[in-house]
Amino acid sequence: MSGNNAMDDVDKAIINRLQQGFPICSSPYRKVAEELGLGERDLLSRLQVLLSAGVLSRFGPMYHAEHMGGALTLAALKVPESRFDEVAEIVNAFPEVAHNYARNHVLNMWFVLATEKPEQVQGVIAGIERQTGLTVYNMPKITEYFVGLQLEA
Amino acid sequence: MEIDVIDRQIIQATQNGLPLVAEPYQAVAEQLGLSEQVVLQRMSAMQQQGVIRRIAAVPNHYKLGYRFNGMTVWDVDDVQVDCLGRKVAALAFVSHCYQRPRHLPDWPYNLFAMVHGKTEQDAERQVAMIAELLGAFVRSHDVLYSSKILKKTGLRIAG
Repeated sequence: MSGNNAMDDVDKAIINRLQQGFPICSSPYRKVAEELGLGERDLLSRLQVLLSAGVLSRFGPMYHAEHMGGALTLAALKVPESRFDEVAEIVNAFPEVAHNYARNHVLNMWFVLATEKPEQVQGVIAGIERQTGLTVYNMPKITEYFVGLQLEA
Repeated sequence: MEIDVIDRQIIQATQNGLPLVAEPYQAVAEQLGLSEQVVLQRMSAMQQQGVIRRIAAVPNHYKLGYRFNGMTVWDVDDVQVDCLGRKVAALAFVSHCYQRPRHLPDWPYNLFAMVHGKTEQDAERQVAMIAELLGAFVRSHDVLYSSKILKKTGLRIAG
C-alpha cells in the first residue's frame, strides 16, 4: 500500500478482522494470519504500513478508564476561529485528552478526557480553562446505551 | 477492578500499541522483566474484568472513506430518554449512544448518537432514521460533523 487509496482487499480484510479483537496467546499474529489465509510476516508488514500511513490510528489494548477506577468525560469549548490552532495545541498537550475533534458548531472543539481517578477530571478542566481562558462545557455521560460499532473497510 | 503495580506496568508498556513482532506478549514481558506467562495471564484477566475493552485496531474513519462523522444530538424528555436511547442504540449504524447533561440555555440536548457515512447523503439518511424513530419526542436536534481529528491517542496513564 503506497497511498490512502491503494488499500487492497487483503488490507481491508485485515482491518475488518482486527477491529473485532485479537487473541492473547504466544503467537497471536500467526493465529490471525492463518484465519485470513496470510503468512504471519505478510500480516505484520501490512499492519506496519497501515499504521504508518495512518489508516489505523492505533493497534493494541483499548483500556477502559472507568474499569480501572478512573473516569471519562466528553467536554466542549467555544473557540474563536482566530485562536483555534493555539487552543488545540494547549488542549492536546494534556495527556488526559484522549481524543479531540473539530466540529461544525459554535461549540467547535470536542474532546474526551480520561483520568486515572475521578477527582482528577475537575483539575484537568480547571487547567484547560486557566490556560485557554475559555469555559469548558463538561458533559460526562449519565447513561451509556451503546458503544462499539466497527466500520467496514 | 483494582490494578496493581504489575498491571500498571503492562498498561504503560502497551498503551501506545502492541509490539509488531511475532511474539508480542513475550516482547512486553522482556521489556518489563516478567515472564510471558504472567503477561498473558494479567492481560486475560484485565480483558475479563473489562479493564481492557478489547485488543483491536482503531481505524481512522476518514481514511476508510467515512468522511461524514456526525454527532447527532437530541433534546428529548428526561422521562423518555432511557427508552428512546435504547431504541436509538439498537440501530445498526449507531456507533455510540449516551445520555449527557444539558447546559441550558445554549445546549439543550441530552441524547447523543454518533453516525458515520461515506457520503453526506448516507449520514443524512441515518439522521433521518433516528429522527423518525424519536418522532414527536424530539423538541430540537442538531448534527455536529467532525471537520478534523485534532488528537486520537486513546487513554494514557502517566509514568
